[in-house]
Order: sequence, then structure tokens, then C-alpha cells
Amino acid sequence: MMTEKKSLRDELTGLLGDKVVSLHEALGETTIVIGASDIPGVMTQLRDAEALRFAQLIDLCGVDYLEYRDWEGRRFAVVYHLLSHAHNRRLRVRVFAEDDDFPVVDSVSGIWPDANWFEREAFDLYGLIFTGHPDLRRILTDYGFVGNPFRKDFPLSGHVEMRYDPEQQRVVYQPVSIEPRVVTPRIVREENFGSN
Amino acid sequence: MPEIKNYTMNFGPQHPAAHGVLRLVLELDGEVVMRADPHIGLLHRATEKLAEHKTYLQSLPYMDRLDYVSMLSNEHAYVQAIEKLAGIDVPIRAQYIRVMFDEITRLLNHLMWLGAHGLDIGAMTVFLYCFREREDLMDAYEAVSGARMHAAYYRPGGVYRDLPDTMPQYQASKVHNEAAIKRMNANRQGSLLDFLEDFTRRFPKHVDEYETLLTDNRIWKQRTVGIGVLSPERAVALGITGPMLRGSGVEWDLRKKQPYAVYDKLDFDIPVGVNGDTYDRYLVRVEEMRQSNRIIKQCIDWLRANPGPVITANHKYAPPSRESMKQNMEELIHHFKLFTEGMHIAEGEAYAAVEHPKGEFGIYMISDGANKPYRLKIRAPGFVHLSTLDEMARGHMIADVVTIIGTQDIVFGEIDR
Repeated sequence: MMTEKKSLRDELTGLLGDKVVSLHEALGETTIVIGASDIPGVMTQLRDAEALRFAQLIDLCGVDYLEYRDWEGRRFAVVYHLLSHAHNRRLRVRVFAEDDDFPVVDSVSGIWPDANWFEREAFDLYGLIFTGHPDLRRILTDYGFVGNPFRKDFPLSGHVEMRYDPEQQRVVYQPVSIEPRVVTPRIVREENFGSN
Repeated sequence: MPEIKNYTMNFGPQHPAAHGVLRLVLELDGEVVMRADPHIGLLHRATEKLAEHKTYLQSLPYMDRLDYVSMLSNEHAYVQAIEKLAGIDVPIRAQYIRVMFDEITRLLNHLMWLGAHGLDIGAMTVFLYCFREREDLMDAYEAVSGARMHAAYYRPGGVYRDLPDTMPQYQASKVHNEAAIKRMNANRQGSLLDFLEDFTRRFPKHVDEYETLLTDNRIWKQRTVGIGVLSPERAVALGITGPMLRGSGVEWDLRKKQPYAVYDKLDFDIPVGVNGDTYDRYLVRVEEMRQSNRIIKQCIDWLRANPGPVITANHKYAPPSRESMKQNMEELIHHFKLFTEGMHIAEGEAYAAVEHPKGEFGIYMISDGANKPYRLKIRAPGFVHLSTLDEMARGHMIADVVTIIGTQDIVFGEIDR
């Protein structure tokens, strides 16, 4: 198992060279970060190179690092999980969108067809734009929804609520009437808390 | 000669064959589907966003409600992600219990699928047969967790409690007299393991019954053979996993290829299809039921012989016993902290996947060291499968769309999340 992981590291650095911004191994998983402009080339290589053959895109998701503690990098990332049946390996690829206000990355739906819906989901929930996507529509939220609900600055209870208005005899939207409340606060302990 | 144009038809969201709240916009040329555009999200509850606002333990019951016909498999992926990130050791007995309940869940899921799939394409009886067996399995869920479906039984570090020594009994009522009740309770006199052993003895015969009804049935074959064919290369490219992928002849099962829990210690086979059509996927799933039955049998034998703890003794992640909590100050503090503030998971990220009855179900978790996950992504197999509906249904008749929805084993809890 150990030698296999090492060879994945070697093959990635050998094949991709300086396109790998950083390579990180933890918990038996390998993560690489690549630049947003390298997506089409690197992803095609990851899929087709004989030593890698990541034929399946298992997952694609957006991440918003706005409230991550001491975060200094870019705000939005797209995380790809790849699986190679041929070599029985997994790889995680992370790409940061260059612009925080208008995050754009290249679509991989031409490389792995199932990226189509995953990218629509990331577009819907995080407002990430995928250039080259054939049909970038909202997918999970309601028709006519405004905003990107999974961004960290979007409140959990949302902005609008829906009710039936008996006078107008139709469903109407109105600002939320519930007060946001925190039941269990988010706590990050300092290093080695309670160890002595 | 009048000019004939394509027309667009709306299917669902309220349609019994839509398996939930699927809205399909179908573009038709006569009765042939030219394009299928699934509209999803009608059951979107933002489980992932909710999880960011809840402690690790509070989010666990939400996992049951993702794929609500294979509850414990979802939980398994979730607790595995936490265990991986925090480095928690799980007692071996807990792993066997989990595997046993994963396979019970697989049976529950496949029975539900077979019943509904049969009903969709005109076989009524098999639905009644499948639900008869589901009842026994849900009783096993109830015996161990108190809930027939949404069990919330797995915990980071093990399972909530050990298997019970008694089974719940039927009570006499207006509809059943004493003699009938005695007959119904006959296999419930011993422990849960006795009950399940009795089930595994009966179950292969029941699978034979389903097969007598369907496998060589002329109508069933006419409705399924050659429908929704996926070539192995295309299935891989489309991201398809689980029995759908194996139906196309790709031998890929996480239980064998990347074994988790104790699957590497158990003896079972992986069925694969040949043609990649609906009929092959049916055969694969039926054979999977027989293999699951084998796994359950092996787990019962092991669990009988090997008593032991079922949850980790590390009280940073699992609560101490009730008794020691009442007598020991430190345990009391552990208990209090665990159920108010929750556990803290070390900073990092992890992806844990299980071979869910429908395919690869994965949890991708990012922790920044707080008592709540920073980001939780649920990789639902059904989401990917439904995205291929357009490609699979193109060129088929409208009635075959129902067959394809059935063979994809769609459940909206996990697709919409």
C-alpha cells in the first residue's frame, strides 16, 4: 500500500511537473492543487495517461473558505474526486477560482460527462461559473430562486419564506419572519487543549 | 398529409412511477423520447448546509433521511468519514454489527426496488412478496434501535448499543386470536440473532419465489431485455457505480476492491452482468440479495461467538456508560461536554465511501478543528444515475422511461439532499 502511494506521487510530479502547485498526502488520501488555467490540460492528462487513468469523476463540489479560520488564500475552490479502476486509486484535485467576486473556472463536462450536473449544482449553490458548460442552469433550488444558498454569508434560514395568501388566492413570497438563532455555537479549541 | 411536430410532455412531479418527486420534461416524437430533461430539487432540504450548523452527532440522523430506503448505509459512510478524520478505532464487534446491518439494509433496499420496479412494469404480486420480507427486516431494525426505518444506530466509534437478547412480541388483538399470535411469535422467542438466523434460512426460498415470478416471465423479459443499454466504457465515463455499473459487466465493488469494516474477512461473490440492459441489472441485484444473505449468516455466526465492546472507550468521542457517568466526576464532564458542545475533530479533510445498495455513497468532510464540520459534501449515487436518464431514455418509448427510472433505483432523498 505504501509503495503504491509513493508511485502515485512520483507519477503525478513526473507527468504534470510544475503544474502541480502543491501535493499533500494525509489519511491515505492524495490531494493536489492545480491552477485554474491548467484545468483542461491537466484533467485530460489525469484521465488518459496510462499510469494514472482516472476514468471516473466520482464527485465535484464547490467549497467556500470565507469563514475558515486564519484563511488567507482565495475564497472559492472546486474539489474533484477522481477514481481509477485500472490502478484502484483515488485522487483529490483542488482548484481555486482566481476572482473572489466573480469566480470562474473551466468546465470539465467535456472530459467526464457526469460533471454536467455536478457543475450545475456548484453553480446553483455557490455561484461558481463554469466556462464551456453546455447548459449551466440552476438544479436544486426552486424556480426563480435568488442567491447562492451554500455560500457562508447566506443565512441558514434564507431571505424569503413562502405562504399561501387567502386574499390573493395564491402563494406569495415574503421576508423571513423567524429569528436566526444559534443552538450550539461554533467553537475552535486552541492547540493541545486539555492535554495537561 | 398534416405536418407532425415534436411535442413536449410533462411527467410528474406527482406520478406513482416517478418514485418520489421527479419532474421530467419529455420531448416526444410520437411515442419516442427525443430528449428527457429531469427537473430535480423538489425535495431539497440543504442537508449539507444544515450539517455545517450542527455538531457531528446532531447531523447523524439526517443521514437516515437521505436515501430513506437504505438508512444505515448512509450512516456508515458518515461515521467512517468522522472516524477517518479523528483517527478513532472501532471495536471489531461493532464493525461486524455494522456490516450485518449494512447487508440487512441492502436487502431492504433491493426488496423495495424489486417491488416498485415490478409494479411499474406491470407485476403486482412481487410487490406483495417483497414487502412481506421487508417487514421482518424492519423488525430487526426496530429491535436494535427502536425505529423501524430511521434507525440512527451507528455512532462515531461504534454503534449505539449491543444487539438485544429479546425480540418485540405481537400482542393479541381483535384481528388476531391467541393461537394466531402464538404462531406469529414463534420465531421471536430468542434473541435478535436467532430471529435473523431464522430469516436467513427462509430467505433464499423467497428469492426463488421472486425469480419464479419474473426471471423467465415472457412479459418481464419483453419489458426489460434491451432497454436502457449501457456499454461498460460509457458507464464508467458517466460516473455510474454500484449494481448499475456491474450490470454493464464492470467488476467493481468497493467491498472487494477497497474493503472497509470487515468485508475482507467475509466470503461472498460479486455478480456482474453481460449486456448492460435492464434485465441484466435485475439479475445482478437479485444475486446480490443472495450474497447479502450469505454475509448476514457469516456475521451472525461471528457475533454469536465473540462478545465484546461495541463502541470505542475513548470518551472524547463516545459517551461513558450511564453507571460510571453517575459515579465519576471526569466521566460526568465527558458526558456533559459531548452532548452540549459536541466532539472536536482535528483539522483536515477526508473522503469516505461505502458500497451503498445503489452505488458509491461518499461523504467528503472538511473540518477546521471546530465542533461542527466546515463543509460536508454528500456524494449520492442516484444523483449521477439520474443525470444519465437523458442518454439512456433517448430513442426509447415513453413506457420505457418508466422502466429506466425503475432500473436506476431512484430515491429522491439522496438526489435532492
